[in-house]
Amino acid sequence: MKAKNQRLVLLALAGAAGLGAVLLAMSAMRDQASFFYAPADVARQGLPLDRAVRIGGMVRRGSLHHHPDGVTIDFLVGDETPATIPVTYRGITPDLFREGSGVIAEGRFQPNGGFVASEILAKHDENYMPPELTRRGMHKTDAVR
Amino acid sequence: MIAEAGLALLWLAASLSLLQLVLGAAALRPGNGGWADEQVRAAPQPAVVPGGHDVPARPPNPLLKVVRPVAVAQGLLVGLSFLALIWLFLRTDLSVKLVAENSHSLKPWLYKFAGAWGNHEGSMLLWVTVLAVAGAGVALFEKRLRQDTLIATLAAQAMIGLGFYAYILLASNPFDRLFPVPIEGNGLNPLLQDPGLAFHPPTLYFGYVGISIAFSFAVGALVTRDVGPAFARAMRPWVLGAWIFLTLGITAGSYWAYYELGWGGWWFWDPVENASLMPWLAATALLHSVTVLATRAGLRAWTIMLAVVAFSMSMIGTFLVRSGILTSVHAFAVDPLRGAFILALLTFYIGGALTLFGLRVRYVKEGSTFEIVSREASLVINNLFLSVILGLVFIGTLYPLVTQALGREISVGPPYFNTAIGPIALALAAIMTIGPMLRWRRDDLRALAGRIAAPVLLSAAMLLLVVLLAPGIGWLPLLGLALAPGVAIASLAPLWRRNLRRTPLFLYGMVVAHLGIAFALAGMASDSAFTRETLVAAHPGQTIEAGPFAIRFLGVEPVPGPNWTAVEAQLEARRGDGTPFLLTPQARLFDSPATPTSETSIQTLWDGQLYVALGDGDDQGRWQLRIWWKPFVTLIWAGGAMVAFGGFLALLGRLWRERRFRREEEAPA
Repeated sequence: MKAKNQRLVLLALAGAAGLGAVLLAMSAMRDQASFFYAPADVARQGLPLDRAVRIGGMVRRGSLHHHPDGVTIDFLVGDETPATIPVTYRGITPDLFREGSGVIAEGRFQPNGGFVASEILAKHDENYMPPELTRRGMHKTDAVR
Repeated sequence: MIAEAGLALLWLAASLSLLQLVLGAAALRPGNGGWADEQVRAAPQPAVVPGGHDVPARPPNPLLKVVRPVAVAQGLLVGLSFLALIWLFLRTDLSVKLVAENSHSLKPWLYKFAGAWGNHEGSMLLWVTVLAVAGAGVALFEKRLRQDTLIATLAAQAMIGLGFYAYILLASNPFDRLFPVPIEGNGLNPLLQDPGLAFHPPTLYFGYVGISIAFSFAVGALVTRDVGPAFARAMRPWVLGAWIFLTLGITAGSYWAYYELGWGGWWFWDPVENASLMPWLAATALLHSVTVLATRAGLRAWTIMLAVVAFSMSMIGTFLVRSGILTSVHAFAVDPLRGAFILALLTFYIGGALTLFGLRVRYVKEGSTFEIVSREASLVINNLFLSVILGLVFIGTLYPLVTQALGREISVGPPYFNTAIGPIALALAAIMTIGPMLRWRRDDLRALAGRIAAPVLLSAAMLLLVVLLAPGIGWLPLLGLALAPGVAIASLAPLWRRNLRRTPLFLYGMVVAHLGIAFALAGMASDSAFTRETLVAAHPGQTIEAGPFAIRFLGVEPVPGPNWTAVEAQLEARRGDGTPFLLTPQARLFDSPATPTSETSIQTLWDGQLYVALGDGDDQGRWQLRIWWKPFVTLIWAGGAMVAFGGFLALLGRLWRERRFRREEEAPA
């Protein structure tokens, strides 16, 4: 093979690899990317049951409830609308998790409307506010309901 | 005074980098002692002028004598400026805004010291310090590169430096004073108060920013049209050096996240982790393609492209991490102006380099040819696979940012990365072992089949064994477990039937690095297949079964620390009739800022780690305990360290061989 042809072959290979990466990424993204839902979104759009999603909002004051096993908790996540999502989580909560603070949870919705969280995302410091929530005009406290 | 001195040193360093750029550009201008643009000189041999006369030997460029010391002085000055910042932190000089905002007089000295880069401004100063020190290193030690290319390289390095000096001096000055002087500082984020802070960021930066050398080399070679084997041999040690640091930094960062966060995971596909993985992938590809260029004069344009891509990934990473666009323990900045500044810089550098590449790529000669079955071809496949993985990580990391700008929140996490990347990474590991068994230029497929028979059989046997003994594990961990022993054996193949004492050191380097990949692969697969997690709320005195361990919860007691107080749980664990050992996870409350954190307790055994995190106590006197038994998880980081050590051996081997050659060259003269 001439050097010039070899270069063309390599170029074509690189192009094919790049295209392959994009196609693979798109298909994996369609199946695996998780969307973010605030309680209002769920109220408006219905339950996304087919995939793992993230939800976020404020932990309603007075809604945190411990199960007798000592490691499972229930709480309500609310936002600026009256809508709430009931969340169940089995695990150790992040250090800064408490009622009235912002929270983001990853998991799946159940057909009955409850959300089973597989993970509660940690906050890195006291003033942390999930950007998803800041952008929706929410504030640090749950003063907005 | 010290703050002002530090700032002055920084300004001086910045002006020296401007001088370095101007001098370099002047030296390269045709007719000014420079000789760059007069003819195409892609080949390392003396070019022949159309008239038939040989080009006379080039006179040494007088400007080179000036550019080198300037580069060294610039590195020294910015180094001193960085030392000034460390000094301010060690003394907790609260009249400096950065210290007041990020330090505290009662912090242990290690965190005062390392806290100098545990914030936005300090970390950017570390960034340019590494950049300038790496440039100074090139000026001091690079002897093989053609003079004009060396000047162009130093000019390119100065140009990168100039942009980031401007960024620091105009948009994030670490030496700003604060008035009135506060009585006490705000303290450092407790998550960062860990010995890891002293090690992980500098190592990572030496890799991350060290890749800039490869970028500058590539730009230099494009400017002087000097892309050839000699250039590749000169570039290789620098790429290797940066890559070793990057490997160490990523490995250390992974272990730090593992024990500090208390989630039991060692890699989260967090955008910040991806930001360090992307340059590593590109640098790994570069490391292999530069070998093809050095040995066989092939893959010229591709190697140059990879060098540009590798540092572009570093800059994109810097942007992701430092612009505040992500929420992370790494993101200190919240000022959108800063993000825009870094974005403008990286657009300028990447765009400039790609434009130069587009203009000059036609002067880059085609490389020597090779057959489909050859060492070169296997390295091409390695490069393609690494590039595809890089592309997948890149898309997964940046796509959420794009959709977010379009108004839809999505998060791309482990499910995406594992399904998309896992299979390709496994295939890459397999190819990795075949490559070194192939001869350069051309090889025989049947001979290859004979060589890989043993590893393939071993992997097949292992696959069968795992399917029989541990049915029901995911197919990725299954394939990983099956592949690992085959890869390990095949990695040793290059040493087969060799005189081990006469084997060159860089070959050992490759073997150790590839073996490290096999170890890491085994660790990752074993961790995802066999980890046992136990989550309980336990009363003191209770015994908990966790995997093969019986763990007795002895109780909790308060523990004072230098700037925190903690509740410490004491657990006695034993496996079967083995010797019991004590585990002491803590829940800490730091004084300033008042922040709770949890400290995990990890016991390393020969066959894995027992990992315990302490949660909250409840009103019935129970404490939450999350316990993981992770068989062979340690292999992940041991493998990472081996990969870096292999790189180190290869670097030493290359440098020794070079020195010997140079001596032999000089001896007869």
